[in-house]
Amino acid sequence: MSAAVKSRQRYDAIVIGAGHNGLTSAAFLARAGLKVMVLERNSYIGGAAVSRELHQGWIYSNCSYVCSLLRPEIYRALDLARHGLQIVPYGGGVTFTRDGDYLGGYVDKDVKRREIARHNAHDADAWQRYSRDTMRQCRFIRSLLLRTPPDPTSLKLRDLRELLYLGKRFADLGEQGIYDTIRFYTLSIADYLAEYYESDLVRANFSGSGIIGTALGVHSPGTAYVLLHHYMGDVDGQAGAWGYARGGMGAVSKALAGALQSFGGEIRTDAPVEKVLNRGRQVTGVVLASGEEILADRVLSNLDPKRTFLGLLDQKSLQPDLVAKARNFKIRGSSGKLNIALDGLPEFPALGRNHPLHCGDLHFLDSMARFERAYDDWKDGRWSRDPYLDLLIPSMTDPTMTPAGKHYMSVFVQYVPPKVQGRDWTQADRDAFRDTVFDQIETQSPGFRKLVLHAEVRTPLELENEVGLTEGNIFQGELTIDQLFFNRPFPGFAQYRGPLRGLYLCGSATHPGGGVMAAPGANAAREVLLDMGQPEGVPEGWSDD
Amino acid sequence: MTERAPIIVVGGGHNGLVCAAYLARAGRRVLVLEAAARAGGCAATHEFHTGFKVSSIAHLLYGLDAQVAGDLNLTQHGLVLAQQNLRSVALHPAAEALVFEGDSVSGAGLAAADRDAFRRFIAARRRFAAVLASWHAAPPPRLALHGWRDALPVGKLGWSVRRLGRKEMRELLRVATMSVDDWLNEYFTNARVKGALALDAVLGARAGPRSGGTVFTSLHRAAGGGSYAVPQGGMGALSAALAHAATAAGAEIRCQAKVAGFEVVAGRVSGMRLASGETLACSAVVSALDPQQTLLGLLGARHLEAEFARRVQHVRATGTAAKLHLALSRAPEFHGLKTQDLGQRLLIAPDADYVERAFNPAKYGEYSPQPVMEVHLPSVHDASMAPAGQHVLSAIVQYAPHNLAAGWPAARSRFLETCLETLSRHWPGLRASILHAELLTPADIAGRVGITGGHWHHGELALDQYLMLRPVPGAAQYATPVGGLYLCSAGTHPGGGVLGTSGRLAAAQLLAREAAP
Amino acid sequence: MMTREHYQHAVYPTPFHPRTSAANKLNLWHRWKDCTVADAYTDVSLEYTALRNACTVFDLSPMTKHRIDGPDALAFMNRLVTRDVAKIKPGRVGYTVWCDDAGQVIDDGTIFHLDAGVYRLCSQERQLDWLQDSALGFDVRIHEETTEVAALALQGPTSCAALKCLGLTGIETLPPFGMRSFPFAGTQLQVSRTGFTGDLGYELWIEPGQALELWDRLFEAGSAVGIKPMGTLALEMSRVEAGFIQAGVDFLPADRAVRPGRTRSPFELDLAWLVDFSKPNFTGRGALLREQAQGSRYRLLRLDVEGNKVAKDAFVYNGRQKVVGVVTSYVWSPAVKASVALASVETPWGRADDELWVDIYYQKELQWNRKMARCRVVAGPFYAPARRKMTPAPEF
Repeated sequence: MSAAVKSRQRYDAIVIGAGHNGLTSAAFLARAGLKVMVLERNSYIGGAAVSRELHQGWIYSNCSYVCSLLRPEIYRALDLARHGLQIVPYGGGVTFTRDGDYLGGYVDKDVKRREIARHNAHDADAWQRYSRDTMRQCRFIRSLLLRTPPDPTSLKLRDLRELLYLGKRFADLGEQGIYDTIRFYTLSIADYLAEYYESDLVRANFSGSGIIGTALGVHSPGTAYVLLHHYMGDVDGQAGAWGYARGGMGAVSKALAGALQSFGGEIRTDAPVEKVLNRGRQVTGVVLASGEEILADRVLSNLDPKRTFLGLLDQKSLQPDLVAKARNFKIRGSSGKLNIALDGLPEFPALGRNHPLHCGDLHFLDSMARFERAYDDWKDGRWSRDPYLDLLIPSMTDPTMTPAGKHYMSVFVQYVPPKVQGRDWTQADRDAFRDTVFDQIETQSPGFRKLVLHAEVRTPLELENEVGLTEGNIFQGELTIDQLFFNRPFPGFAQYRGPLRGLYLCGSATHPGGGVMAAPGANAAREVLLDMGQPEGVPEGWSDD
Repeated sequence: MTERAPIIVVGGGHNGLVCAAYLARAGRRVLVLEAAARAGGCAATHEFHTGFKVSSIAHLLYGLDAQVAGDLNLTQHGLVLAQQNLRSVALHPAAEALVFEGDSVSGAGLAAADRDAFRRFIAARRRFAAVLASWHAAPPPRLALHGWRDALPVGKLGWSVRRLGRKEMRELLRVATMSVDDWLNEYFTNARVKGALALDAVLGARAGPRSGGTVFTSLHRAAGGGSYAVPQGGMGALSAALAHAATAAGAEIRCQAKVAGFEVVAGRVSGMRLASGETLACSAVVSALDPQQTLLGLLGARHLEAEFARRVQHVRATGTAAKLHLALSRAPEFHGLKTQDLGQRLLIAPDADYVERAFNPAKYGEYSPQPVMEVHLPSVHDASMAPAGQHVLSAIVQYAPHNLAAGWPAARSRFLETCLETLSRHWPGLRASILHAELLTPADIAGRVGITGGHWHHGELALDQYLMLRPVPGAAQYATPVGGLYLCSAGTHPGGGVLGTSGRLAAAQLLAREAAP
Repeated sequence: MMTREHYQHAVYPTPFHPRTSAANKLNLWHRWKDCTVADAYTDVSLEYTALRNACTVFDLSPMTKHRIDGPDALAFMNRLVTRDVAKIKPGRVGYTVWCDDAGQVIDDGTIFHLDAGVYRLCSQERQLDWLQDSALGFDVRIHEETTEVAALALQGPTSCAALKCLGLTGIETLPPFGMRSFPFAGTQLQVSRTGFTGDLGYELWIEPGQALELWDRLFEAGSAVGIKPMGTLALEMSRVEAGFIQAGVDFLPADRAVRPGRTRSPFELDLAWLVDFSKPNFTGRGALLREQAQGSRYRLLRLDVEGNKVAKDAFVYNGRQKVVGVVTSYVWSPAVKASVALASVETPWGRADDELWVDIYYQKELQWNRKMARCRVVAGPFYAPARRKMTPAPEF
């Protein structure tokens, strides 16, 4: 460090990490006229929103793989379409049953209702009520996504105003609506679903959304809320619909980077940040692993608070209380992923040929007990022997992913621990884990293995090492109610500001949390601009739905 | 002048008796109907083997409403405590027991950091539990936020949190919904300390230490003051004192009078049918039975509106706690337990993961192969419970779900064996000393005391069933949608444990709403 | 329909489809839940004219039907709906609404008292879960039979004559909301004097297997009295003229309202006559009693709009200044030669001396115009021919 190279350039703001939130923050700051530099450790940008050619000719969305939460307000404000982003909705999903049947989540509402009725007539009509109630919760939370959470202990005018807004939104729910909302935030997904559905299969079909990326089981209180992180998005007003970013999730990052650059912002890859520099309580810049110093009065970190506060800051400048808070912030790795290059289209005999849901989300757990047991395995420190898979074949929808006639399969796996019975993953573990997943796919797609040309196995360890997500947690911190809204990442630090003047957090560890939503990045940029006396820089939510 | 029909209290459990006593003291004519031969419900004492008596279901007092005890002069009506401020003692089959007393914990191998952390932990728990306790003193407000006037009682709840100061308020808002396992990990490294404290949080719950909301259950238990006591003569003695207080105030208690159903005229409860066929008129009804049984069983869903009935139907009430009673020919010799601690509150929960693993099977309708236990030997400090030199062991055993997939008749003897095996690990001489063993599964409790799901708390104590959500919105202020029908069981705010608060608050609501004749 | 392959046809034909499709010269279809029904067959105004002048046939097979029986059937029905079902005797039909706990209308429909203690509930929306959840504590069986019963609405002045030609002897004595069975093609043809047009008319209910036979013989029998098939567009004209409300159009079914405050109570839909507080407990009773005491938020008004422009998607103004409501249904009524509309208006507006206006946007040859039109509040239906209530029913 003695040979510190001082960069000649000074920036108005440095963003550490070129994930989608970092890029979003940077783009909004650049749009507002700031001179912005984004520093990325990897040789490619995108963080967990990437398209990577890991097998020749195949593009993998090797981390995040579908897109619905990306806020349309941001899409529009940053003109992402002009920068090449195209979201393509895909159709529905399937839960296979062990007896060779399935429950299909058809896009057409009447067909879906009929399909549920095929399994349980009551539940088919209860689905209407379930959708209504879940939409009510989506509406409530959507109004809070592009806003900074108030500090409930503060008497500052702005906090009081925001608390009043929150109170008003709450009051607008009506008395019963308020009760339902409190219950929704404290119920398990299993108990929530039991209030609507009789059939175990129907419940299982809807419960995956409560535990994806979450180190909790379907019976754990708090998992009903996680549902929202899969329902509150929309593709062109179709609430709860999911789509692909054409060209893979890297297209999201590419478009954000394009927007940033169009506003004059800069990105440097292969530029890992070693430390955040400060003078007294003021941030002055960063130093790279190479020793190079880059100066700026504002530093935004796309990393989680553990890595930011405990890893990048001068520990002497931290209050012991903050250190404890950062340590206690729960970031648990519970997910894995397989990215598979296929020689042809795998068949699922239950579906038969040309089934419209073949290109949707395919699921294999048909009972609540199987879900819960999958979680129990994780608690015991091993990957689920009978895991929850969210399997998609993006190449059936997006022709840009593979050579013609070939296919790309993305398999999200829940639950996978960051360590196996307390020790690091070995290659043998990885192979055994892959086989567990293959075995489950084979139960519904005999001969599937023969199509496999290449498989990338991603445990939480790979996610951590490559993307810098602690423990490989896809949400950059558990989405439990103790870590949401004004508690995210922890009380007193929920307004995007760090412990030093000029230091901000802009990743999914901040409100409103994970998913490729870009809202944390936008909200953080708004706070930066607010501190600079520019209150109009970032759009708030469209509040007219 | 003909006397007006009485207010009928259905069920002579502790909350029913408390409610009856308050109503009678206010000058109302009160009739308590109890199905069993003696009032008491979950707070009862029975002789399970000749000469051996035990508290039938609840066996420790940890939060009896002080105002109830004072208002009703329970001491004057015969309540004597055999023990107070029990120490909690965490047993281990291969190590010296840990002893928890007040805010200190002692035992071999405890790091100073853990002892210090325990002090801080207890201070935090007390601080937050006091907030809950302040909420428990009054009926929960409704959340009909149409204007400032409606917001006032809610603001009062909020103020009790704000009053903690900024730092502690933030901390309470953070931890309130957390799992107790996460909370304990922030304080402790010692597994056994965590095990014992985790057990506190999940006793009586269908939850494990890793379940969200178990910090809340831990605080709820601590809200009663956090200390344990035992009445002389077992919990039945408390009920006897309450019954005495009620009758002294003018209430009439009829036992072996099982209610079969309510009569409703023009949307108001006007009387009831007894199982014997007798009918009784009443001016109002307070039910100390659990809300589901009261509203869906005795009243009937047809007298309710459909959404309300559906909410009642979905109240979560699957009991997971069984009760084990042993008549012992001699004093037990638990490994690592000092003789002076034999009569204390003994815990078998060696670490939090053990507790969590014990919970796992309950999710699938199976019992724990290695259960957790809260053990008490009432005979150590109360000679009336067992013949001289002999002892009674009373244990709450978890998890034994009411909805056992295999069915309790088939599994009962195997589960008893499992319990004995667990105890034997701590006292190898156990089996040779057993004169008689009685196991009450949640199914037995459901049958014996008549609680839905055999759930002591008349509905799971959890955040989604707390305050204005307990038992369901629309009945959380003790009055039900049906005229003249009130709830006073543990299924209402503030919930379970032998508190008596529900009975007291329900009586106040009734007195405010039902004009005196 | 319940095979795994049902998805291969998103939309299903009704039992009458072979005939309706042959008759549908415009190939105009409308999706009604799982099925298609014709929007119009030849020409909307000719179909409408046939309805008011002769008689028309509308395929209403997709109507949701639930059969309810069992010892507690009456008690269950009475707890479900707002009116006193005990007053609907066997062989009678009654129009009703049902509410949620908040007294907000979930749906409207008709109760057919088929046989002592056996009911059929016909409604727009599916609600098996609501019916089953409402059945907690009742000894009843609830069975959805939508596809087990094919149904036609035969409406118009010559409808009775057509049925007589079909051989339904004595049908003219069937009073409004009465129901009678006739042997037909080896099965039973159930005829109720009900409908959605406000005219003399009947609804015919039969096993799907005999549906085509019914269609053919009905058209043969009716040929002398001008029978024609009619689609949903002409039906819509007639139901607005009759002042009838429709779920999802004039009110939002309470079980699908995401936003608070968007639903309506029976009082707010001018259906106070359907609410009977003297009967035993029913869902919504408490809230409706409170509403009765405290007043409603909205009222449904039937508006006769000045001029010749329809009040499409129009706001309702009081005194040309203040927006007080919206038009929910509108039509140019050929029968009364007026632009008529149903509107939901905030209370207390629409009182005798309030001046209501609607704001109409219309275009002629792509030139858009705006016009404020004065409205007159009409009590009851806009068009109510005397024949609709006459018993015995007239020949034409």
